[in-house]
Amino acid sequence: MSAAQVTLRGVTKIFPAAAGGEPVRALGPIDIEIRRGEFFAVVGPSGCGKSTLLELIAGLTAPTQGEIEFEGRPIKENVPDGVGVVFQEDACFTWLNVRENVEFGLRQKNIGPEEKARRATAVIDMMGLRDFARSYPAQLSGGMRQRVCIARTIVAEPRLILLDEPFGALDQQTRLLMGDEMLRLWRETGATIFLITHALDEAAMLADRIVVMSARPGKAIDLVETGWPRDRDSRIVERESFGAITSRLWKTLREESMKTMGRASSGA
Amino acid sequence: MMQREGSAPFRNTVILIVGLFLFWELAYLVVGEVALRSPLETVRFLGKLMQTDIFWLHLADSLKAFSVALAIAIALGLLIGFGLGLHRLSGDAMEPMLVALYSIPKITLYPIILLTFGLGISAKIAFGAIHGIIPVALFTLSAVRTIKPILIKTGRVLKLSPTVMVRAILFPAAVPEIFTGIRVGFSLTLIGTVLGEMFAAQHGLGYLLMNAISLYNVDLIMAMTFLLVVFAATVNALLLAIDRRLHHG
Amino acid sequence: MNKVRLYQFAVIAGFILLLEALCLAGVIDKITMTPPHIIVRDFVRMILAGRYFGEIGKSLANVLLAFASAYVVGVVTGTILHGYKTARDILDPLFATYYAIPVFAFYPLFIVIFGLGDGPQVLIGFLLAVVAVIVTTLNGLDRVPLVLKKSARVNGLSPLQTALRITLPYCAPSLLTAAKLALAYAFIGVIGSEFIMARSGMGYEISYAYTNFDNATMYPLILLILLLSIAANSLLSHWEAVLLARRGQK
Repeated sequence: MSAAQVTLRGVTKIFPAAAGGEPVRALGPIDIEIRRGEFFAVVGPSGCGKSTLLELIAGLTAPTQGEIEFEGRPIKENVPDGVGVVFQEDACFTWLNVRENVEFGLRQKNIGPEEKARRATAVIDMMGLRDFARSYPAQLSGGMRQRVCIARTIVAEPRLILLDEPFGALDQQTRLLMGDEMLRLWRETGATIFLITHALDEAAMLADRIVVMSARPGKAIDLVETGWPRDRDSRIVERESFGAITSRLWKTLREESMKTMGRASSGA
Repeated sequence: MMQREGSAPFRNTVILIVGLFLFWELAYLVVGEVALRSPLETVRFLGKLMQTDIFWLHLADSLKAFSVALAIAIALGLLIGFGLGLHRLSGDAMEPMLVALYSIPKITLYPIILLTFGLGISAKIAFGAIHGIIPVALFTLSAVRTIKPILIKTGRVLKLSPTVMVRAILFPAAVPEIFTGIRVGFSLTLIGTVLGEMFAAQHGLGYLLMNAISLYNVDLIMAMTFLLVVFAATVNALLLAIDRRLHHG
Repeated sequence: MNKVRLYQFAVIAGFILLLEALCLAGVIDKITMTPPHIIVRDFVRMILAGRYFGEIGKSLANVLLAFASAYVVGVVTGTILHGYKTARDILDPLFATYYAIPVFAFYPLFIVIFGLGDGPQVLIGFLLAVVAVIVTTLNGLDRVPLVLKKSARVNGLSPLQTALRITLPYCAPSLLTAAKLALAYAFIGVIGSEFIMARSGMGYEISYAYTNFDNATMYPLILLILLLSIAANSLLSHWEAVLLARRGQK
């Protein structure tokens, strides 16, 4: 089994009270282990703290209790080296064209302009953006803009890629295609992928292991091993075990989602 | 201002300009020599005027006052706008107050300015500046406040230092809207400077214009009005073009 | 009320206190400005004595005239233009550059054409205000969703009924915005012109008081104009915000 790359032990996140309210326990306590090189997915009802979980791992926020470690080193409120994040919202820089956006991802690296250009070109080709290298984000569709953001993230060759519902704003067909792209990317870069999604079929199709979270405060209530071969694509949905996996996910999730529906919920 | 993709925007502008000149000519034919001049006469007179030294002296005075006023308006406006934009409470509190200030007839304050600065060029500069400073500040404030938080998150994930964050992300993200503020500030500063010259000055194009009234020099009135309008319109059209490109880049 | 209000109050109070301190300390001399508390005293005296009411009334009447005419002409023109795309496209550059043009520069011309009465001032006020109304009306009409108009057709409403019962109520916030702008511009146009060259009205009185070093008259009048314009603007803005909030909650 591959070594653990990210570990969370007893992690809790409590947000301080907003004006005239109570502190909110968004997450935890939760224990998770993400192995190096695997494709790891998290599903859960809205408001369960999935995005908070991602932000904790990314080092964008610190846990209230518990420890998080990335490659053996603790993360508090610092973004570790070797971690890349793709958000759900469009994060393209509108004043730069596609190539400049991608090269921006190498900004903090100490490499010369030719090397930057070479790496950017490689990634642009990998993401199928070659014909649009000079276009501006405003001229591209939502799916393409998301590809640009992904390109900008992977050009720095992160060892861990965090994706926060990156395909949420796309239509179903595009999502499925992007899923295939993510798998291809995963194989070609060899990075660990951590994906948050509310789409069960997406998680079941893409991931090696899936954690199901409870309603807020989110805790891990199930861990599913898909056992898929590394060399897979969206046609995996034809397999029988796919149906079994999605059923299992939904069975656990359905109860939690109904709990959430009953409450007034804020975003994940 | 919504720009509609007309079938031939250039053609439309030409039609507009021709239309305006026709309207002018018509007005002239109706009102007569006692109060108007025809477009042709005006342009000819302006041509002759531009060959006199005294015209260029007044023009230089106006330009000097205007450019200093503009520089002050932009510099202070940016400073105020950034300051208020970056500090949430200050921005929330001061914005409505700035908007209220925006709506008062600033010429009301001119006597106070004259008393403070005396009758020289400083008063004109101050008057021009107070016209331009508020739109620059308001647009800058808005530009800074409405920077998408996701861009800042992206900067943090890329581990950018605060200085680099401002330079590489915040500033470029805010530039289009800041430029709109500068464009509006430009026009208003121009109006303010000219207005100041019209009210109480001994030099400048505004002064020439008011002087023409006391001399009942209709040629001069028409030529100066024409010059001011054309200058303001042309520069604004140019700035608008840049503005639109910045918003689509 | 809350932190924002407190902040605003502190800023205004602080500013007035600063002026007061500078005046009393002699940093700002008596000729330049009278201390704020004296301005307020003179202001109250002026109001109670009813002085200048004639002038004030006259100015305000002209402002209202400019406002009303600009509003009516603006809304009607905007509504008509909305239906004729070509005409609108042709006029579009004019509207876009209009507020960059020193409309006051036409004031001398108007005096020459119309003489020294109230005409030129009202005309300037009208010209300043009318384009803002046209543009705001056009923008408001643009925002009426097509689906509403389709629903009207499906329900068999005539064009006039559609206009009155659907389009107009939908555009109410824009119409209010247009009124706010028209009032502000009419104010600036009329009073501003009075400053430059007029024989009567508030602007003229301030100008006259200035030339005569009569701070006891000048500052109260300036204060009056500031209060009037801020009050009118705040009222209309508040009304506008209420209307918009109601929509937001729908």
